[in-house]
Amino acid sequence: MKPKVFLPILFFVALILLFFDLPLSVKAFGLNFDPTALNAKLGPINLNRDFNYRLGLDLQGGARLIYQVDMKEIPEGEKDTAFESARSVIERRINFFGVTEPSIQALRVASDYRIIIELPGTTNVDQALNLIGKTAQLSFWEEGAGKIATQEANLLTQKGVYPLGLAQVFENKPQKTKLTGKDLKAARVVYGSQDGTPQVQLNFTSEGTKFFADITKKNVGKPVAIVLDDITISAPIVQQPILNGDAVISGSFTQDQAKSLQIQLNAGALPAPLALIGQSTVGPSLGIDSLKKSLVGGLIGLISVITFMVLLYRKEGFLASIALVVYAIIVLFIFKFIPLTLTLSGIAGFILSIGMAVDANVLIFERMKEELRNNKPRDLAVTLGFNRAWSSIRDSNISSLITTIILFYFGSGLIRGFALALAIGIVVSMFSAIVVTRNLLKFFEKV
Amino acid sequence: MNIVKNKKWFFLLSAVLIIPGVISLLLFGLNFSIEFTGGSKLEFGIESPTMLRPGTQEIQAAFQAKKINVHKIEAISQDTFRIQTDPIEQNKKNEVFREIGKFGKVIEKRFETVGPSIGQETKTNAIKAVIIASIAITAYIAFAFRKVSNPVSSWKYGVSAIVALLHDVLIVVGLFSILGKVLDVEVDSLFITALLTVMGFSVHDTIVVFDRIRENLRKNFDLKFDTVVNNSLLETLNRSLNTSLTVVIVLFALLLFGGETIRWFVVALLVGIISGTYSSIFNASQLLVAWYEWDRKRKTIDK
Repeated sequence: MKPKVFLPILFFVALILLFFDLPLSVKAFGLNFDPTALNAKLGPINLNRDFNYRLGLDLQGGARLIYQVDMKEIPEGEKDTAFESARSVIERRINFFGVTEPSIQALRVASDYRIIIELPGTTNVDQALNLIGKTAQLSFWEEGAGKIATQEANLLTQKGVYPLGLAQVFENKPQKTKLTGKDLKAARVVYGSQDGTPQVQLNFTSEGTKFFADITKKNVGKPVAIVLDDITISAPIVQQPILNGDAVISGSFTQDQAKSLQIQLNAGALPAPLALIGQSTVGPSLGIDSLKKSLVGGLIGLISVITFMVLLYRKEGFLASIALVVYAIIVLFIFKFIPLTLTLSGIAGFILSIGMAVDANVLIFERMKEELRNNKPRDLAVTLGFNRAWSSIRDSNISSLITTIILFYFGSGLIRGFALALAIGIVVSMFSAIVVTRNLLKFFEKV
Repeated sequence: MNIVKNKKWFFLLSAVLIIPGVISLLLFGLNFSIEFTGGSKLEFGIESPTMLRPGTQEIQAAFQAKKINVHKIEAISQDTFRIQTDPIEQNKKNEVFREIGKFGKVIEKRFETVGPSIGQETKTNAIKAVIIASIAITAYIAFAFRKVSNPVSSWKYGVSAIVALLHDVLIVVGLFSILGKVLDVEVDSLFITALLTVMGFSVHDTIVVFDRIRENLRKNFDLKFDTVVNNSLLETLNRSLNTSLTVVIVLFALLLFGGETIRWFVVALLVGIISGTYSSIFNASQLLVAWYEWDRKRKTIDK
């Protein structure tokens, strides 16, 4: 593509991306543009997502909890399921906690099973710890005596007397049975013998078997609600009394639904013990302070680099600075698009990659100067400068990319943020130097 | 200018810079942060009238009253404290905060607890990352220079680059061992990040020089090896210095305005990048020449 065509397109795209990079909504050209949310319909593609910068805990404040799942008691083959159960229980409880955008990550490190919870914006860890640490509450509810009005049932649900969703199951007052999670031995997915539909089989302990037999005898033809942590997860209708302690919940489950129910039931019945092995909280004021300081540092860094380049290479330095700004716009857009969680070290990685972006330009300009000293005509010097500098740029950047990949693979969250930011920076910097600077030079040098 | 002939002096300067750090490393080791050793770190402010304002001793006493082993305590400002202890749990922390509450309102700013098992694992991973990165980079250089095996075989380029890289790693690690002893500066995962970045930069710099040697060897097969190397170094000198200067400028901006959290991270990067520039101009290629000369001498003796 000719520079005359390429450059206007590039600047137009960069301008649009610049709007997306902004952290606040703006009014421009009579349009109200909000870069913090994406709402676009492009034919069949319907984009609709949050488009804000995602800040790490060190920048916006918040809490991170690292739990170890104790698998000593769990047989080898069931560890993965137990792990998933534990994660799902925690996820449900955290959602209950009402933090915006919590992150719950299950991570296997060698033979250790860990769950990492991030609660942005909250430092009230006590409440979170209580919620996560409490033993899962599985309960069974049956229909009690006496009608209850829908309004009253809803009111009692709001007050927390009835679990969520219970009012919709029963016409009469619901009543809690003696059967609890302690009495459930295991739940597993089975397939119906006639039609092969997925079902969830419950297996009770001897005491649980007795309780369950009583309940089912009393409630033939009526629903029995299964409640997990104050949420009704299933309300099957009892077909016949079950005396042997094996119950099957059948319904129109899909494979995934049955599996998820099994996980939830197992979690309620027997989550492996959790141990808190790591914790960190950062107060919000400390985070904002760090963010401001590093942004100011980055901005001053960028301005000094531009000054330095212009002093050193004059016109070319100015063109490289334009390329550098385009580079920064693209990188910030990618950060938002992925989205990459910005941490302090991630910002440091980004700022460092500015240095690398400049390096590619310096390599090219020095090469050009050299070719000019060898009395090559100016247009040839520009082309040679690019062609000869390319192998250096390629080899050195690939070795840096290797380092970032290894950092990403072995690093913890903090290091990963840095590695990813640096890797994105390196790739975009190659594009900026080879494509953007080159087209700018071609255009202004009239090559 | 000939910067290849004087290679002995450059090697000597490097040795002089590296040895104190290595000695400190052997004697005192590194001052690892709780991220690697396990433990708790607390930062909090106390709002209290001047009369009642506690000093570090009172704070330490409060921790000891709750049977918490305090490793370190410092007052960042008049009413803000930073403390390191054995790993404690949330409940224990609340207890001690209630205890300190008698001096005034406690404002928690940061609390971090790392169990010993995670600490060990972070350490192992960091070491693994450094070793694997070194191997991967050597392999890549050997591959990139596979067509250049005359008069020095391609893998020797890789090894020379790694030696220059080790030079930079030793300078940074050695410096932080001394800083740890003198100023109580800690080695945390940000430091490891800085170290790995320095490794990337160091090789980056070295490769640019080697790339020029590769190109010049192809063009000037009538010149002696050390002359080709010297020419290549001089030709890339401008670029090396200018690039490093831009990075150093950015880092200085970060050091001055970037805030306290990343201060030592930036220092590690600064020192590492200056060292990386030095080693790529004055060590890596000289090493290649020294190796070549040594090989030739041996062959002559053999004959």
